Amino acid sequence: MRLGLPIGLAAALFTSMLFGSENLVKFSDESLRIRYQTLITELRCPKCQNQNLADSNAPISQDLREEIQRMLEQQMSNREIKQHLTSRYSDFILYRPDVNKTTYLLWGSPLAILMIGLLIAVRLNRRNKIHAGSLDKTAVDQESRIAELLKSGEDDK
Amino acid sequence: MNRLALFLPLALFAVLTIVLLLGLDKDPAELPSALVGEPFPAFTLPSLYDVNRSLDERNIAGEVVLVNVWATWCFACRIEHVMLNQLAEQGVKVIGLNYKDNREAAIDWLKERGDPYVFSIFDEQGRLGIDLGVYGAPETYLLDAMGTIRHRRVGVVDDRVWDSEFRDLYAQLMDDKR
Repeated sequence: MRLGLPIGLAAALFTSMLFGSENLVKFSDESLRIRYQTLITELRCPKCQNQNLADSNAPISQDLREEIQRMLEQQMSNREIKQHLTSRYSDFILYRPDVNKTTYLLWGSPLAILMIGLLIAVRLNRRNKIHAGSLDKTAVDQESRIAELLKSGEDDK
Repeated sequence: MNRLALFLPLALFAVLTIVLLLGLDKDPAELPSALVGEPFPAFTLPSLYDVNRSLDERNIAGEVVLVNVWATWCFACRIEHVMLNQLAEQGVKVIGLNYKDNREAAIDWLKERGDPYVFSIFDEQGRLGIDLGVYGAPETYLLDAMGTIRHRRVGVVDDRVWDSEFRDLYAQLMDDKR
């Protein structure tokens, strides 16, 4: 009874190892496997909202993984493979879309926001400095006034 | 500093609100159509009814047609089938693309519910589906007489969708053909 859980867990792990789909994909050249892994993690499942092809179990993802494997075996470059897929499924399936006229806002806005932030920071900083400068001046004025008063007080004695 | 500049954050907030509000209406599950304006992809696949009859893109060209992606496992296709039967009755040429399905089940389905299709392409592996960018059934494509894809609908075509998305374009394409 006490052994039931660990044995069950071990069995579950073992079967999941057996059925791990990654190892079932056969390549003529092992270097293709690395590219395959990169591609399926970078490409998005068209049916799911936020899963890549590697994580998704949707039938369309299985088909696209097979398609990618087939294209890799045909010696197509990563760029060609992505182009092949975007011409059918649009930029939607790219997790890292190219910079083009539909994506310039996507790529540009973080930079623009950073620039605006820097600008504001610089301006605020400059203004504070001016402010701080004027503070120093009043402090000096007050100090000399105090000294003056103290002096005149001493004179009164 | 200029007093108007104090309203800058408010203005930014207003712009952001408008942009985000507009975004709410968009369906995030819908992919932009990559193939509208492109020719129907080349293919060679068997007919659903006859394994030995080979079909290709030339069987589709020459007429204004709807290409409807369907399958017996697709639940929404049941609802859509009634509409397709109506369209076929009105004389619209509908071509079926039976997508990743079982041949016998598909033939039974057509026997049971009526067959609105001029012919059905049997795409067991879903290869033509990939070339079309299909990511779920049903999908419907409107092709002009040159075989160019003019409109794509992902999801059920019902009366409302037909009226708003297809009717005018279909009539126009039929006129162009004459």
